[in-house]
Amino acid sequence: MASSVPDSSGLDSSGLGVRRAVGFVAPALVLIGIFLVFPALWTLYIGITNYQLTGPAAANPRVVGLDNVLEAVQDPLFTNSVWLTALFVLFSAVIGQNVLGFALAWLLRSASQWLRRTVEGLVLLSWILPSTVVAFLWFAVLSRDTGTLGLLLGSPETSWLVQYPMISLIIFNIWRGTAFSMLLYTSALAAVPPSQLETARLVGASGWQTVRDVVFPHIRGHVLTNTLLISLWTANDFTPFLLTSGGPNHQSEVLPVLIYRQALESGQLGYASAMSLLLLIGNLAVALVYLRLLRRRA
Amino acid sequence: MSPLWILRRIGFYVLITVVLAFFAVPMLWLASAPFDSKPGLGLRWPDWTLSNVSATFDHPYTLSSLVNSLILCAIATVVTTVLAALAAYALSRVRIPGRDLLLYLLLLLSSVVTGTAAMVPIFVMMLQLGLINSQFGTALVIAGGMLPAAIFILKDFMDAVPRSYEESARVFGASPWQVLGHVMLPVARPGVATIFVWAFVNAWGNFLLPFLLLRDVGQQPAAVLLRTLYDEGGSANLTVIPVFSLLYSIPVVVLYLFVNKRYGFRFHGGIKS
Repeated sequence: MASSVPDSSGLDSSGLGVRRAVGFVAPALVLIGIFLVFPALWTLYIGITNYQLTGPAAANPRVVGLDNVLEAVQDPLFTNSVWLTALFVLFSAVIGQNVLGFALAWLLRSASQWLRRTVEGLVLLSWILPSTVVAFLWFAVLSRDTGTLGLLLGSPETSWLVQYPMISLIIFNIWRGTAFSMLLYTSALAAVPPSQLETARLVGASGWQTVRDVVFPHIRGHVLTNTLLISLWTANDFTPFLLTSGGPNHQSEVLPVLIYRQALESGQLGYASAMSLLLLIGNLAVALVYLRLLRRRA
Repeated sequence: MSPLWILRRIGFYVLITVVLAFFAVPMLWLASAPFDSKPGLGLRWPDWTLSNVSATFDHPYTLSSLVNSLILCAIATVVTTVLAALAAYALSRVRIPGRDLLLYLLLLLSSVVTGTAAMVPIFVMMLQLGLINSQFGTALVIAGGMLPAAIFILKDFMDAVPRSYEESARVFGASPWQVLGHVMLPVARPGVATIFVWAFVNAWGNFLLPFLLLRDVGQQPAAVLLRTLYDEGGSANLTVIPVFSLLYSIPVVVLYLFVNKRYGFRFHGGIKS
């Protein structure tokens, strides 16, 4: 992607010149440097101190080396959280959003205009509404006594977010994020040559065979891109905090929620930074594997 | 019209109905609860009233928080769009030394360093700079987080603009600024509009950063106030929450309808395989 458009022989059609071009890029880079790169690097430093929000360690943080990281990987709260985050990403993003997004793109391709617009409109709306509003919409679905799901299933005494917190979060996140996969697969499907689909139909291939043997080879790159992006977004999503705040009893405490609670509620800034660092390394590892796969294909 | 064909049509419509219900049912609350005399966390046919609306306007912080959202969002969106357009243009047209490495790093940064992963250092940095409770500072943090992706998407749009346009403008003696203002930006307008809307929706809905960095209720945007209305005093303020949720959602919905009508909600080759 980065170097997909090679410069033609006319090196600089705009007449900007290198110096002015640097001036154009600089303001953006300064902001990115201060608010993104610097914090990321600083995580490294805070992560090896015993820095706290209040108390003696707030004024004079002491360097404790890798103790925080070692403590984190042995902390049952942290390992529990990593496990929950993995479940959350696997079931809501890699499987849920991917499959539903593709299914919608595939099924709606031949649907009538108004049906297509209605479905796409609703799916997109669930994607763009502010997260705090969306949290209330789902309280109304999942709450006890008056919740819509309880009424539909005839079990109003079930408090879904308390009794089944992780399953609720997974279903919620499929609802919240499928739009992106649907949009991406819709544009990917447009690139599959219609003649090949026609051939598949003529030889009597079933829908599943067509998807597997004709469509999938064309959109493999899109599947990879989509899976990477939605996985990273889901692993770093803070909305679970709005729905369950990690509870009850840490049962839905995904990493972003754990980091927030350790840093701001317990005041353990150093320890929380070490966890952030592990999350950053996880993100980086996933992104690098993806870029390598992409390059091998190219 | 074989039986199999009919069976498959039925299956198709059942599936689509289930999906439609899944996506629509949660949203019905936003249509019913604001106008119900006894709004609750649940769905029912409302006992119609407008008293919740006046209660919402009487609340001391609702309107000011919407104004705060607008300020925060306007700064973040304008900064992101302008800086990303300048950077994307220069990166698209000029081979600055180290450009490919820079683009590669930006791509990594945009997906790897997230507000959640960097929340502790961002909080500590703003605390030490004395920028806690500063709307401008918070807006810049939000903009900094959006910039890498914005530059990337815009560069794709700018790459698609034929170079011959600028070359002919320059033959007629246009300065680089004139080329940018009168040739590039009008041609790349769908791209700039995409980034503008994308940045606006993101900044408008952002909860974590204002929640971390704006601790004073007078400075907080609607996203944070809505959460406070839920937590405050141990029980949710259900007369105000539904109407306020609706008011807070309107700008995003209007923007969505506008984009949908004007450009259509599609990926225009912005994402390549």
